[in-house]
Amino acid sequence: MGSAGDLILQQLINGISLGSIYALIALGYTMVYGIIQLINFAHGDVMMVGAYIGWFCTTVLKFSFLPALIVAMFLSAVLGVIIERIAYKPLRNATRLAALITAIGMSFFLEYGGMLIVTPQTRTFPSVFPQTVYTFGNVAFKYGDIVIVITTVILMLLLQFIVKYTKTGKAMRAVSYDKDAANLMGINVNNTISATFALGSALAAAAGVLIGVYFNTIDPLMGIMPGLKAFIAAVLGGIGIIPGAMLGGLAMGLIESIVSGIGYSTWRDAAAFIILIVVLLIKPNGLLGKNIREKV
Amino acid sequence: MKAKKIFTYAFVALMCLALVVGCSPKAPAPDATKAADVIKIGGNFELTGGVAEFGKKGEMGAKLAIKEANAKGGILGKKIEYVGADNKSEASESTLATTKLVTQDKVVGIIGPMTSTNTLAAVQVLNDNKVPLITPTGTNATVTVKADGTLNKWMFRACFIDPFQGEVAANFAIDQLKSTKASIIIDQKSDYAKGLAASFKETFEKAGKQVISTEQYVAGQDKDFRSILTNIKAKNPDVIFVPGYYGEVGLIVKQARDLGMKMAMLGGDGWGDDKLLDIAGKDSLNNTFYVDHVASDDPALAAFAASFKAEYNQDINSFAVLGYDAAKMMIAAIEKAGSTDTAKIQAALETMSGFKGVSGESTIDPKTHNPKKSASIIKFVDGKKVFAARVNPK
Repeated sequence: MGSAGDLILQQLINGISLGSIYALIALGYTMVYGIIQLINFAHGDVMMVGAYIGWFCTTVLKFSFLPALIVAMFLSAVLGVIIERIAYKPLRNATRLAALITAIGMSFFLEYGGMLIVTPQTRTFPSVFPQTVYTFGNVAFKYGDIVIVITTVILMLLLQFIVKYTKTGKAMRAVSYDKDAANLMGINVNNTISATFALGSALAAAAGVLIGVYFNTIDPLMGIMPGLKAFIAAVLGGIGIIPGAMLGGLAMGLIESIVSGIGYSTWRDAAAFIILIVVLLIKPNGLLGKNIREKV
Repeated sequence: MKAKKIFTYAFVALMCLALVVGCSPKAPAPDATKAADVIKIGGNFELTGGVAEFGKKGEMGAKLAIKEANAKGGILGKKIEYVGADNKSEASESTLATTKLVTQDKVVGIIGPMTSTNTLAAVQVLNDNKVPLITPTGTNATVTVKADGTLNKWMFRACFIDPFQGEVAANFAIDQLKSTKASIIIDQKSDYAKGLAASFKETFEKAGKQVISTEQYVAGQDKDFRSILTNIKAKNPDVIFVPGYYGEVGLIVKQARDLGMKMAMLGGDGWGDDKLLDIAGKDSLNNTFYVDHVASDDPALAAFAASFKAEYNQDINSFAVLGYDAAKMMIAAIEKAGSTDTAKIQAALETMSGFKGVSGESTIDPKTHNPKKSASIIKFVDGKKVFAARVNPK
């Protein structure tokens, strides 16, 4: 009896730390979508670049976790802005499909350009955290689990603060509501969009470093699967809605753990995509979405 | 236009002539003078190209075996001559090298190549010319038995095939680890892992033990194995068999240990990369084992390692050992046949039993040409690979 309870508790812990990472990536998807209605498929690969920067900082420059995280977030934010300026800005007034295809192209560019530069071989992170494992009865979690959850919570609170209470955040919300009107009110739309990309990319980089540190290995194609899962998480929570991305990410992590936990480990990825289909069929606006976004 | 065509024909004719002229003085000379008093064994190895390191070590091993046999006076009263050919790590070059060895050099048998692909490229030539070949390390099942189940009559190997590792691992788990309940974690994309898992399960259950759960993952995508490991933990097996490659295996071992799972973990030769140590960490790897063809620190190999070092000033590895054993097996077959007739050598190889190589005793199965032989178990002790045991086939 106790062991069944332990089993469920352990799967919940597994799910929460995985889900926190999905949530961090999903935030970037949702913010970019909210502001320019673009599904930025290169987002998962920005996460990969962030992981590599973190790897470089910890292995070559011997930084500890926090400075490595900050450097990775900052440089990835710059990368996000560059990508936006080069690839997406010229297409601002083109069809949404053109921008979407460009995003897929950018994703491939980062993946295979990355392979060219850092080689396709898997790299291993040094252990920057103490390898302490805490056990309560039969339930075990690592120091890394705690760091993941705490980092995620802090970053989410920070993001909420930026979006709600700073000038940039207000500008973001204004642009997301109506780009042209915001422009007429004297908001610099281009800079606001860049800021959104910078924030989203920084969060993705944080997720990348956390994945690298937690799972120990990184490779140039590591962004694909978490990127897709985070995209589903964003859709599940309601794309364009920030709390929705957090909720969706955590839900995705938990669902995956539960699916594996009840013995269908081969169905884990399938379950994620089934959720995507079901959400799109039944409630396309996501869990937290309201049916008011259609503009005429 | 026309002039160009004539030029082309003339050029081709000239090339043909050059080929004939170039070859004619060389080819008959050694045949006429030497063929009577030496026995020629060919070597088709990857001496350049992508896997040159495999081929070079294999050839060194084979040459050493021949040198030692000659030092003892050769076989059938004749010296052995080694004729080498480079297949440049390419299948098409392997076919050419085999053709050269068989038709020009008239070898009675061939050692090599080291990889399955290059070995498969030699099959047709050898079937046509009826010359036996022993590959030291070509593990693909189709080297000796075609996909449709027919035997490649002239093909042999000195190593065991992949699924056999599962059998070895199961026997090791039963006899040495005293396991009764096992879990298996399979990479569902890899035939290698599935083959090992199937033979592990069969052997383990045949001995009256239980495989209590089987979990699957997809290599290259999954990084988080905690969910499936949590399931396994609840079932509490005393051994976990993970027949994957080092990337995922490293993560699985590490995450299992983090979840407080201390049981033994076992795998196949896909574990044999130093990256495993980086990924899993040395503490997590304690109480893990894997099957390999050869362990370089196996005490039974010490004498061979010493003579190899004396000859080449290099350390041995599994390629050197199996190259050496392949050549020894060929020599033993010629001796047993008592003749240099290739059909008799083939028959001797097919019925070879109890052949004592440095990598263990092997018996060729006439139905599949795969040897039944001993395998080595390697154990991790604080991040070092240590020879743990040699497991003999049952």
